[in-house]
Amino acid sequence: MLRPDLLIVGAGPAGMSAAIVAARAGLKVVVVDEQPTPGGQIWRGIEANAGTSRGRALGEQYCSGLATVRTFRECGAVYWPSTRVWQVESTLGTYVTGPGGTRVVAPRLVLIATGAQERPAPFRGWTLPGVMTVGAAQILLKNPGSVPSEPVWIAGCGPLALLYAHQLIRMGGVVAGFLDTRPSTPLRETLQLAGRAALRSSRELAKGASWYAELYCRAGRYVPDVVDLQALGTDQLEGVRYRTAAGRVEEIRTSLLLVHEGVLPELHTVRSLGCEIQWDAGQAAYRPVLNEWGECSHPDILIAGDAAGIGGAVAAVHRGRLSALRILQRLGKVAAEPEMTEENCRAALAHALVLRPFLDRVFRPREQVFAPDDDTIVCRCEELRARDLCAALSGSVGSNQLKAFTRAGMGPCQGRQCGLTVAALIAAAEGRHMSEVQPFRVRPPLKPLRLCDLAGLADESRSS
Amino acid sequence: MFRLLEDDWGRVESTVTIEIDGYPVIAQIGETVASTLLRVEASWSRTTPVSGARRAPYCMMGVCFDCLMLVEGEGLVRACQTSVRAGLKVQRQMGPRKVGPSC
Ligand code: FES
Repeated sequence: MLRPDLLIVGAGPAGMSAAIVAARAGLKVVVVDEQPTPGGQIWRGIEANAGTSRGRALGEQYCSGLATVRTFRECGAVYWPSTRVWQVESTLGTYVTGPGGTRVVAPRLVLIATGAQERPAPFRGWTLPGVMTVGAAQILLKNPGSVPSEPVWIAGCGPLALLYAHQLIRMGGVVAGFLDTRPSTPLRETLQLAGRAALRSSRELAKGASWYAELYCRAGRYVPDVVDLQALGTDQLEGVRYRTAAGRVEEIRTSLLLVHEGVLPELHTVRSLGCEIQWDAGQAAYRPVLNEWGECSHPDILIAGDAAGIGGAVAAVHRGRLSALRILQRLGKVAAEPEMTEENCRAALAHALVLRPFLDRVFRPREQVFAPDDDTIVCRCEELRARDLCAALSGSVGSNQLKAFTRAGMGPCQGRQCGLTVAALIAAAEGRHMSEVQPFRVRPPLKPLRLCDLAGLADESRSS
Repeated sequence: MFRLLEDDWGRVESTVTIEIDGYPVIAQIGETVASTLLRVEASWSRTTPVSGARRAPYCMMGVCFDCLMLVEGEGLVRACQTSVRAGLKVQRQMGPRKVGPSC
């Protein structure tokens, strides 16, 4: 059994940055990541793409990841790619399975840097082949470099939808139309927030505005104020029906629709450990309860990056560093680089988060995301519709009971796709606030596990 | 539903052939089974155990499990988390998984 000082789950911006600080200071660090190469979702495939026309088209922020990935590769941390963490015990015993088989790691501290996932936003027909997330399409852009084979329809709200459209257009793809599901924000509030953000981050703001302008000019159609979507077809997407805030209903023909309604902290591992979470109304998401170092309610676990609350890649880098500094402090070490100080990291983090209140407000998801109509499948795995769940919601039923009654959240995705919607349905039915509703309890194994992987533990225990 | 961009990557020496339900499909080295599947005509990955409806990769990042496919030597796995290799045999998962030897 390996006994490192620190185990880091996730090799994205936060995990890598923390690993670099910790390993250079002399800690024994193990980093486990599900992808075959480091970078997380944001810098996925950066080593292969950097210096190519694709890398250039993906943009400056994407290419900026190469330096971190290179430093990470050389920092001395043990890196296990293509490896899944399927259980972290409260004593920190961690079970992982990868190309090297199943292993147990017993670190002194754990840093969870599992990043974000896209917000599941159910609508009628969203399970049809041909409906995918924008994030999924962006992953395809990075590796293997594929684009929709026909002009594509995008429906969504959030910076990622705009960024993807921008990247796609730069790579020669065509946006047939953009159904903007962003609810309009009162102009005065927008201007106030934008003004405040512009004082410190005008460049970012200008970039966002230019993406919007590009979309406006280059997309075949741009439809604002879309409040409801329906994917049409039986075995495959054939069209989309949408409704605008003004009540106009229209239908378009398409075999591919990309959807996006923002991102959420990926809290599966965190929640399996019973770490305390809270409802963040600004981001309309649950996030872990953390102190300024990323320490959570479990004394030996820290959380950094988007898993700590959505902040983007740059904030993730600095949160990762801050958590690493705290870890060094706790284990009696100091950072190897003199400039790696708490003050510097905090200042950089604050700067990286300047635009966040503006983004959270302007891209707040529309109400319909939390209130799917009766006929909409909420639990993709068990094919349960809102109607089925609401029928089981008599009396005061929590998420876990609802799961037992209906099987919602029991399928292979383990509630990753329906958990938030189920919590929202319960809150609505009982007239409670999201902060008063707990999402499903999460139990290991956190990732699918074969019996032979489990049996591999026998060899592991013999060898130790 | 997708096509490869013709940039500096699409060279023949960087491809392998895999098999999806017995049909040969050309894949780029380093890509996943799911990204390969999304370039074939029938780009769905499985039918559901409950209603038998078709599903296709949805998230590409391992959180929806709609890309579950039977991969030779590995059993039922997320195709979006499985890298291609030459000769890899993949099957669409039809309905519920049958009990049997897989790995
Ligand atoms: S496509 Fe979602 S898990 Fe593979």
